[in-house]
Amino acid sequence: MTISRRRFLQVGTAALAMPTVARAASPRVVVVGGGFAGAMAARSLAARGLDVKLVEPNARYVACPLSNAVIGGFRKMEAQSFTYQRLATTGVSLVAQALAAIDPVKREAVLTDGTRLPYERLVMAPGIELRFDALPGYDEAAATIMPHAWQAGPQTLLLRQQLEAMPDGGVVGMVIPANPYRCPPGPYERASLIAHYLKTQKPKSKLFLFDAKDSFSKQKLFQSAWERLYPGLIEWVPLSQGGKVVEVIPAEGMIVTEFGRQKVNVANVIPPQRAGVIAQRVGLADRTGWCPVHATNFESTLLPNIHVVGDAAIMGAMPKSAFSAHVQAIACATAIEAGLQGDDMPPYKLINACYSLISPDEAISVTGVYQARNDRLVDVEGSGGVSASDLSAEGRALEAHYAEDWFNRVTWQTYG
Amino acid sequence: MKRALPWAAAFLLLGAVTVHAQAMLSPSAEACLSCHGPLPRPGAFPPLLTLDADATISAMVAFRSGARTGTIMNRIAKGYTDEEIRAIAEELAQIGLGTKP
Repeated sequence: MTISRRRFLQVGTAALAMPTVARAASPRVVVVGGGFAGAMAARSLAARGLDVKLVEPNARYVACPLSNAVIGGFRKMEAQSFTYQRLATTGVSLVAQALAAIDPVKREAVLTDGTRLPYERLVMAPGIELRFDALPGYDEAAATIMPHAWQAGPQTLLLRQQLEAMPDGGVVGMVIPANPYRCPPGPYERASLIAHYLKTQKPKSKLFLFDAKDSFSKQKLFQSAWERLYPGLIEWVPLSQGGKVVEVIPAEGMIVTEFGRQKVNVANVIPPQRAGVIAQRVGLADRTGWCPVHATNFESTLLPNIHVVGDAAIMGAMPKSAFSAHVQAIACATAIEAGLQGDDMPPYKLINACYSLISPDEAISVTGVYQARNDRLVDVEGSGGVSASDLSAEGRALEAHYAEDWFNRVTWQTYG
Repeated sequence: MKRALPWAAAFLLLGAVTVHAQAMLSPSAEACLSCHGPLPRPGAFPPLLTLDADATISAMVAFRSGARTGTIMNRIAKGYTDEEIRAIAEELAQIGLGTKP
């Protein structure tokens, strides 16, 4: 796209309302899922003048980023919650239903109430499904005793309440899955903030991290922060030292690893994951459980005219994060518009940046710049990486401010 | 197809200024606004839309070379060529027109 092709318009409230006549002739796009990816895709597509329906059964979205601060006890749950009211004023039609099926030949999305929504393009943003069939003993009922808190909401509060109810000197156990999963550094941010709570309120307590891998995102930075801030409190048990959990017994508060058993007062079990259940049902997921897409336009490699963005999609090196979901949604909207007009998608680069709080006042970050190569999104060589290990205290404090500022901006750009 | 304004509401909230907004940004430029985009109140990230293109370019080049230190921008700036930096800076400067007091 060249500068000369762009139009500059006087902004006013009249410009925000999409004329009905114009929309009637616009290509129809159905977006499924109102998380960071789906809501932003819907908004971005509507801003392009397309006829957009957002299929989302819930009236509110509860955001995961910063929800570890709720678990740590220094952020209110209300700050995580967003409605779709503003989206409805930006040209997006809200459909409070769930998707039941797709007819990819007729190009119709079939909703649970039987409604059929015709589309020129479908955008799927189903997020993740927590696998309750992957870890013996851990099913949906078990999650009411051993919360996962990996989809924010009541589970977040349950984990917080359990930590509050635990006596000083108690034992907390986290079960952490193998890659890939939503938010690679998330478990370690959570460990940091649980440790902060324990150190300040219940200093005789202990936190075990049972991990199905031998290395993790921002590992050196996290471990150095744990030594400095929470010495002796966190014990990370990697795969090679028996960290892989093979069973949980909720009634006994027991975590069973390859090498032994640990009784805990509070267990936080983050189970293995795959693309949201509807993606599996309609044939968008491959054997990995995730949805493969073309890196140039986020169109499914399995079904035509259907795009997948956010955590459910796999297209290369981009991690599953809200930041990734946000920029993928915008790139996908751009590609859909270009495709409908018969234009080529121009080359682009996307950024991911993930901040992790290591205490209420300090954060560390990982970032990457990505471009399409051979239909995969790959790291741009020489770019990205984690915060400098010698970053000053001021720098870590600044990164904590950035963590919150990023959340405020992205949620406002999406839902505000 | 009608083109509309993703940041229209944003600019309205930036202050009592007369705003001309650009129809659409490229995904590359939008990626910058995830952190440096508009917010209805002051934030921690330096605003980008009030800069002219030359200021953005010199900042990015300085971050890339290490002449300017930051928390995260040195790592991000290394992902862009001179041409890409210029194109993004010009796009952002265009959409930012009118956001200056």
